[in-house]
Amino acid sequence: MDFNDTPEEAAFRAEARKFLEANLAPKSGARAQAESSESDFMKRCKAYQKKKAEAGFAGITWQKEHGGRAMAPIFNVIFGQEEAKFEGLSGPFAIGLGMCIPTMIAFASEDQKKRYVGPALKGDEIWCQLFSEPSAGSDVAGLKTRAVKDGDDWVINGQKVWTSGAHYSDYGILLVRTNPDVEKHKGLTMFFLDMKSPGVEVRPIHQMSGGSNFNEVYFTDVRIPDAQRLGEVGQGWQVALVTLMNERLAVGGSPGPDYSEAMELARRTPAPSGKGTLLQDQAFRAQLADWFVSAEGYKLGRFRTITALSKGQTPGPESSIGKILNANRLQDITNAAIEAEDHFGIISDDAIAPMDAVFQQSYMWAPGLRIAGGTDEILKNIIAERVLGLPQDVRVDKGVAYKDLPTGR
Amino acid sequence: MNFDFSDDQKSLKDQARKVLTDKSSTKAVRAVLGRKTGTTSYDTALWKAVAELGWLGIAIPEEYGGVGLGRLELCVLAEELGRAVAPIPFASTVYFATEALLLAGSDAQKQKWLPKIASGEAIGCFALSEGPGAPKPEAMTTTFDGAALTGAKIPVTDGDIAHFAIVLAKEGGGASLAIAELGGVTRSEVKTLDPTRGHAKIEFAKTKAERLGKAGEGWELAEQVLDRAAVLLAFEQVGGAQACLDMAVDYAKNRYAFSRQIGSFQAIKHKLADMYVATEVARSNAYYGAWALSTEAPELPLAAAAARVAACDAYHLAAKENIQTHGGMGFTWEVDCHLFYRRAKLLAVQAGSPGVWKEKLVRRLELKNAA
Repeated sequence: MDFNDTPEEAAFRAEARKFLEANLAPKSGARAQAESSESDFMKRCKAYQKKKAEAGFAGITWQKEHGGRAMAPIFNVIFGQEEAKFEGLSGPFAIGLGMCIPTMIAFASEDQKKRYVGPALKGDEIWCQLFSEPSAGSDVAGLKTRAVKDGDDWVINGQKVWTSGAHYSDYGILLVRTNPDVEKHKGLTMFFLDMKSPGVEVRPIHQMSGGSNFNEVYFTDVRIPDAQRLGEVGQGWQVALVTLMNERLAVGGSPGPDYSEAMELARRTPAPSGKGTLLQDQAFRAQLADWFVSAEGYKLGRFRTITALSKGQTPGPESSIGKILNANRLQDITNAAIEAEDHFGIISDDAIAPMDAVFQQSYMWAPGLRIAGGTDEILKNIIAERVLGLPQDVRVDKGVAYKDLPTGR
Repeated sequence: MNFDFSDDQKSLKDQARKVLTDKSSTKAVRAVLGRKTGTTSYDTALWKAVAELGWLGIAIPEEYGGVGLGRLELCVLAEELGRAVAPIPFASTVYFATEALLLAGSDAQKQKWLPKIASGEAIGCFALSEGPGAPKPEAMTTTFDGAALTGAKIPVTDGDIAHFAIVLAKEGGGASLAIAELGGVTRSEVKTLDPTRGHAKIEFAKTKAERLGKAGEGWELAEQVLDRAAVLLAFEQVGGAQACLDMAVDYAKNRYAFSRQIGSFQAIKHKLADMYVATEVARSNAYYGAWALSTEAPELPLAAAAARVAACDAYHLAAKENIQTHGGMGFTWEVDCHLFYRRAKLLAVQAGSPGVWKEKLVRRLELKNAA
């Protein structure tokens, strides 16, 4: 047991570190980030992505013919560990490179791969993923957006939702219903499209947190050539599974204040008893210990995953644990911190609230984290069915054509 | 990065599972559980077998009659012993007494006891508690005068069968660890929640004893012994929690209600997923503790506290929800759920309660931050 890199890993880490030091600024605070405009930010992201691709760090695990280095997944993890120590400029490309382009590589024609993979890798073109719908969240296969064949084109009508980055994306992969007369999983087809196609309208979602990180995307008589179909007609679900399998490897990290920030706050906040600081309060200390154990459980669990990767094994759905732990811990910590601040805790003005209002802001973000990328409940189903081997829930949609399924409101 | 056990260690674990499935079935555990007061409180055949397999001396250096392997090997054995709810004084003898001797014993003390431990001849125990609540220096009444112990310790796990005890006692203004042979000392069996391990009240009356380690350093040494034991116990707890989860999953797949497997209900699935998450969090923290223990890393105190807190939580959750998953059957004497429910509680208090360890954890985190 050790935490050391192999010589090959250490050499790669040093190479990555050298590149990152030359091309990225140190981490900046949330306030500084909020102050720069989105277009400025995107410009900087694209400039960094270009350098990253040229230096061979953009598609580390990809085959050489697609501009990658054909290295083992462990090297991707190592680059990610080092990159996370600097200002984050890779976010806008995560979905495209993590999910959309791997789907293109698996299902697009050779000409299409030649046309689209390179520009995405270099950050010249950004991709988004159009799966979720207002009535198809956890149950994505229940989606409604219709595609009807018309000559060599398909005509799309419907609505997608929770599309990250749709407003700055050039292309997207789109899952639609091509046949409502068969079971829901069997009537889906995958396409890719130009987000500037006539009839595509992107509207930002106004989140409960006040911000707008996601979009609704409306499709009104949008025409997509049949040549942009990915996989066979009716095979969209199988194609989507390939996309979502890549999601599991792409999602991770603990976003927001953790036990150390809670400790920092507790050091400067009076205890509820009025005696001493909150950090001296027994009840708070017990909570702090629980958060530490959870955070360590996540971090050390990742080390176990990395070890498995390093040995050439593929991590399974066990990694669903990470999001359950992190999202719930974030909600607990932010709630406890706000209550610890007492009446003052309601203040979310970052110029007044302790620690730039990091707890108040994350309190409003935490509910979303428990839902995005698979709700707690869906992740627990995944653990129960795929890790523990429990039987599927009784399905009321088996053997029923999509058009005959009850839909509720 | 290699945050996993080696192939050799994994094959030792597989071997241990086979041996324990054969020799420590729940029938064997129940034989100790249902014994009459005053009869032997451990499975003597299993004890002999683990001695012959070299498990008792696995981390004892060869010069003291041990196998001379490391703590990582001991950790994989601990996980399997926990899984099997093994009814033997392994924890008392190996995690507590052996670790105390290795930590603080003189060469003569090690020569005297370690070979006997490795061969299975000597059973040890660790005597700390005197009354309800976490032990405190000012409340302790047992005294040591440099040559003899006086006072009562209760409960002492395996104190009814041990050949020697490592005792924390007041000496002058401070406290010291002392080692005492128990032949001739007054001992009475104490009824506990987990009769698969014996417990005693030991009354020392000018009992001849030797100091272990330096005078006045008893509390610090005891804390260090507890840190080491906490990591090893965490593996037993992870093994026990995993056994509960496996049992519950198996039952949920085979039990039908409302004409379907109960494991197809999300209420059961989510319960079992929660048990899985808690067990994996405990496992990851235990692994880190194992690394710190085996490398004598300065991270050990914090890692041990995290391993213990996580393991106590996971085993408690898994043991109680295993009963819940089994429904009424889970509440019967005949179904094995209660064996784990009992052992989970013993392991949660034997080296100090989770509350005490949460406080230790935060104190150590503060020290780390200050450094």
